[in-house]
Amino acid sequence: MEKEVKLTKLANCAGCGAKVGAGVLAKLLDGLKVRQDPNLLVGFDKSDDASVYKVSDDLALVQTVDFFPPIADDPYTFGAIAATNALSDVYAMGGEPKLALNIMAVPADLPKEAVHQILHGGYDKAYEAGAIITGGHSILDDEPKYGLAVTGFVHPDKVLTNSGAKEGDVLLLTKPLGIGILTTAAKADLVSEETMAYAVKLMTTLNKGARDAMVKYCVHACTDVTGFALLGHTCEMAQGSDVEIHLNVNDIDLIEEALELARIGVLPEGMYRNRSFAEAYVDAGEVELAKQDMLYDPQTSGGLLIAVHPDDADALFEELKGAVPSAQKIGVVQKYSGGKRIYLH
Amino acid sequence: MIDARGLSCPMPVVMVQNEVKKSSPDELKVQVDSMVCVENITRFANTKKYDVEVEKKDGEFTLTLKKRK
Repeated sequence: MEKEVKLTKLANCAGCGAKVGAGVLAKLLDGLKVRQDPNLLVGFDKSDDASVYKVSDDLALVQTVDFFPPIADDPYTFGAIAATNALSDVYAMGGEPKLALNIMAVPADLPKEAVHQILHGGYDKAYEAGAIITGGHSILDDEPKYGLAVTGFVHPDKVLTNSGAKEGDVLLLTKPLGIGILTTAAKADLVSEETMAYAVKLMTTLNKGARDAMVKYCVHACTDVTGFALLGHTCEMAQGSDVEIHLNVNDIDLIEEALELARIGVLPEGMYRNRSFAEAYVDAGEVELAKQDMLYDPQTSGGLLIAVHPDDADALFEELKGAVPSAQKIGVVQKYSGGKRIYLH
Repeated sequence: MIDARGLSCPMPVVMVQNEVKKSSPDELKVQVDSMVCVENITRFANTKKYDVEVEKKDGEFTLTLKKRK
């Protein structure tokens, strides 16, 4: 009989929490020569979600890759989460994913059925997204890892970057926060079954519905909230757009059980990494420490953070709520006044 | 004294939580070997109204939790 596989026991870091910190990453990339190409609309110098290359006047290619160690014990669920997360980067650019390649690392003794189920989860999500998995590459490794390299398409004039936010824009977020805390706490069985099921549902919800809604409106900037947490990604948006962003913390959907865990110090290492990267740019005001921690919590397969023209904000919000019930209006973009980049209220 | 060295989060903070729940001590010493554990236990302690002193030696930390009067 095959032994039951508990995938997270094989992982050092959970999901996007395994991401190299933003500050460290910048240092690693520093000094690398970047080749220019007039058709490269978005490259890695912009800290964006995916690269975009213009093929013709009405077609641009969107490329991205994302993979990580197990964030769920069930192999099928892990595969589905990893694929949902990888596909998200294309949606964050306003694009539609079309082709994908598996990237996989497996321990030699991982049962074949578990490997098959990871891939099955990935295939089902790619299929739901309208993309085709055309192959991939697998290597042996002590720690399992899975993800996708995804290619998508977008109209070159409709590319959404994280650096186009404008004064007056309204900020929308499409998924609640607290995933990193819950997946860390789950390792010690501290999370109720109901909340864990909710977290899995969030992580396996494609950002397709949010993307399909937002492209109909005057959206100036978009990014998906993943390993660098809401504040890390908001910080990149504020800096890249040269604006300051004001967030109303009471309007942000914080998963209640995760907030309770934050209050008793059950926090992932990634939260502290994100805090040390972004804290200098954030005025936290009078916001409770545990709530701040939730905003620095690394998300896996998080929602889209959208900066929309104020005239379109209500209409987009209504439409978003139809596609993703957890959509929230969380703040506004203002002219940079020379101080912090993010203000919490 | 709780020895949580070598354990990764959230286990150390869970051990402290269990001890506080069980005996509600006036003072509790905990040994850990990562800053994340120091921070997590400090957050827990503050929520439960304990003050925390941290002593660092050779990459290891001894935390002393003292109940606020």
